Amino acid sequence: MDTFQQHVIDPAICIRCNTCEDTCPLDAVSHDSRNYVVDPEICNACGACISPCPTGAIDNWRAVVKGAAYSLEEQFSWDDLPEENAALAGITPEHDAIGGEDAVAIQAVDTARGSATAPRSAASPTTNLYGIKRPAEATIAGNFRLTGAETASDVRHIVLDFGSLPFPVLEGQSIGVIPPGTDAAGRPHHARQYSIASPRNGERPGYNNLSLTVKRVAAGQDGNAVDGVCSNYLCDLEKGATVKVIGPFGASFLMPDTPLSPLLMICTGTGSAPMRAMTERRRRLNHPGDENRLMLFFGARTPEELPYFGPLKKLPNRFIDVNLAFSRVPGSPKRYVQDALMERISDVAQLLADPGTHIYVCGLRGMEDGVIAALSAAADAGALDWPNLHAEMKREGRIHFETY
Amino acid sequence: MAAIDYNELIPNNVNLSSDRTLQRALEQWQPNFLSWWKDMGPDGSNNFDVYLRTAISAEPNGWAHFDHVKMPDYRWGIFLAPAEEDRRIGFGEHKGEPVWQEVPGEHRANLRRIIVTQGDTEPASVEQQRHLGLTAPSLYDLRNLFQVNVEEGRHLWAMVYLLHRYFGRDGREEGEALLQRRSGDQDNPRILNAFNEKTPDWLSFFMFTYFTDRDGKYQLCALAESAFDPLSRTTRFMLTEEAHHMFVGESGISRVVQRTCEIMKQHGVDDPAEVRKFGVIDLPTIQRYLNFHFSVTIDLFGADQSSNAALFYSAGLKGRFEESKRQDDHKLNDLVYPVLDYADGALTTHDTAMLNALNEVLRDDYIKDSVGGVERWNRVIAKLGVDFKLTVPHKAFHRSIGKLAGHHFDPQGRPISAAEWQKNVDSWLPSTEDRAYVASLMGRVIEVGKYANWIAAPTVGLNRQPIDMEYVRFN
Repeated sequence: MDTFQQHVIDPAICIRCNTCEDTCPLDAVSHDSRNYVVDPEICNACGACISPCPTGAIDNWRAVVKGAAYSLEEQFSWDDLPEENAALAGITPEHDAIGGEDAVAIQAVDTARGSATAPRSAASPTTNLYGIKRPAEATIAGNFRLTGAETASDVRHIVLDFGSLPFPVLEGQSIGVIPPGTDAAGRPHHARQYSIASPRNGERPGYNNLSLTVKRVAAGQDGNAVDGVCSNYLCDLEKGATVKVIGPFGASFLMPDTPLSPLLMICTGTGSAPMRAMTERRRRLNHPGDENRLMLFFGARTPEELPYFGPLKKLPNRFIDVNLAFSRVPGSPKRYVQDALMERISDVAQLLADPGTHIYVCGLRGMEDGVIAALSAAADAGALDWPNLHAEMKREGRIHFETY
Repeated sequence: MAAIDYNELIPNNVNLSSDRTLQRALEQWQPNFLSWWKDMGPDGSNNFDVYLRTAISAEPNGWAHFDHVKMPDYRWGIFLAPAEEDRRIGFGEHKGEPVWQEVPGEHRANLRRIIVTQGDTEPASVEQQRHLGLTAPSLYDLRNLFQVNVEEGRHLWAMVYLLHRYFGRDGREEGEALLQRRSGDQDNPRILNAFNEKTPDWLSFFMFTYFTDRDGKYQLCALAESAFDPLSRTTRFMLTEEAHHMFVGESGISRVVQRTCEIMKQHGVDDPAEVRKFGVIDLPTIQRYLNFHFSVTIDLFGADQSSNAALFYSAGLKGRFEESKRQDDHKLNDLVYPVLDYADGALTTHDTAMLNALNEVLRDDYIKDSVGGVERWNRVIAKLGVDFKLTVPHKAFHRSIGKLAGHHFDPQGRPISAAEWQKNVDSWLPSTEDRAYVASLMGRVIEVGKYANWIAAPTVGLNRQPIDMEYVRFN
């Protein structure tokens, strides 16, 4: 069963001040004389409304089955939030490499496990520069398949060029893409969110461009009932085509600007996009002494389905310590990222003990429990007090989750 | 002299570091502001570390930087909401023309007056609330009070910025005068009457932030429509902060009501005198406070018929609440609006030219909004199984401004004699005994995570922090 975290507003705490409606770059928030509500069809969990909310009412999430989200009518009728559906909240999807597209569209920064704030040294991000009322236009500068031709999984590396239009981004941020046309009900399609896979100075240094990692969502695959509107649109675009873009989004899942901070990166599938951006940033900086500081745990079903498999293999071991985990290799036992973490427990423990270490987790929500358990075990192995360390890392903006 | 990093000292998005004239004006004004803050800001608080939200940019992620800071070190910034490209005047005689980036000569005096009147309320409320810290019901509430105070301070900065930047020498003089008037001062009082009243206890404070800061919201919304673009952009950003103040009020009253109802159910008491024995505020007293603050606040919207309001609207200086969402011609020359009147011993309404009734239009919008929160308090009461409903009094009740001033009405709007008013006033407005009783409950609670007996703990903390966080450190 496919579930996602629906963004809802607590009517018992909300004071109807209209700040969220004013702030939302996508116009996902609306109100009647009783309640403020979030349209699950539009909200992409960009988080722009969270910190401006004076009450905290905005920061509520409910696990729901896909296709059975609370409708606007239901939300308008609430006096209190519905109870958490314990059964759903506890569901752990398969630890597969790649999630469905709808899931990507509602990825959320998990602030219970991760930091709500950026690393202290992070550069200041620009956010919400372009909204749906005034989107930016980008030109496709390249569109390459990353996964093996023989696999069913079609993951693409797509380069967008902004020409002379300012579109400043940082590693870890994301953008929204608005597919053209309308849905069955005649409404314009809502924007889908994608993490940026290139560093701040462009996919090609000095060019005003960026790259995305997009998986084509096909009907009948991974439990998807229909073809993904936006992923198919993007994956089919040819060089020279133009596309409407909003954003950038994201103000906490950012890298430290201290050049030698150790980074522990854990991802699955297209969750590798921000890791690629950060790794490439560090590679380009080429700071003296930047050795043995990056550690990557990367999960996919098979090597052929692992985006960026080739380029990753070419990076020197002393620059980045790469650990791959494959869950569907015929003849081999299923192996997930947390299994790989456990195998390297003493090295992970060493990283955890370093007060400069930053941790990033991106991919399927289902891996969170396993990753947390592995980190906790590693802390134990290193004689560290995990609950305290975890709280400290959250406070200092040193642990970040972006899962869907 | 070492170069001053203006952007660090005064977070801003008005290009302060390259505007020498503005720098010089603010260099003069800022020390006076700080000495005003030390004299008239929250009593004895200058050395506290307070968990405050500081706006460091006008982007959504920039107005919520939380940290423990000492209030005199708070970085009062100058922010304008991002400029809207090709913004046009939305109402009045100049509708459709580009908005003004400088002050037109013919509107200079009126715009200055509007800005000064708005600006004057900001330091006034800080002065009104300066002793409340000594009786805070919890660290959480103390912090909320201080947050409101520093943001009122920032709103003063916002208005002073406009005065300095656009009104030359007159503006600088007005900026100084804003620091010299004092709330409740016999010789040099604040401009508007409600801002010379005392805010003696926390129930008053919550009522004030719910009702009177909501007046601020409506005034700011009307100014956000202004043809003078810097005023519009300044007030739009202020609105984001005003929301927090109304939150403090709405959640504050909600928690007081909740606590009272819990005690009533727990001990099976209903009679106000009995309820008071348990050290909580009985619901009829809360109703009387509500009546007082509501009626005093709706006076702030001004006379029900005003040629000034018409002038301000037609000239494009001040619009209506949500002007752009309204479906009329935005000039209003031929429209009428019903206004309350008192004639031959009865309340009547008569249609009057809408342009002259714009104060009344804004007042009615405000009333609609106020009622919503009161209904939410009633849900708390009903949920706890208590049979009581809070209501807002009739618009005619206890008015001192406009045509209804000088006449007496009961809270339902029924005209009554002066004698009848005298006989009942203590059951409609807080009596001396009520105020004394509420004051008797106001003891300071500063233990981390503890809340005074008369108020429930909040459901959630601030900025995802627990409700037992050390929101204020006294040092």
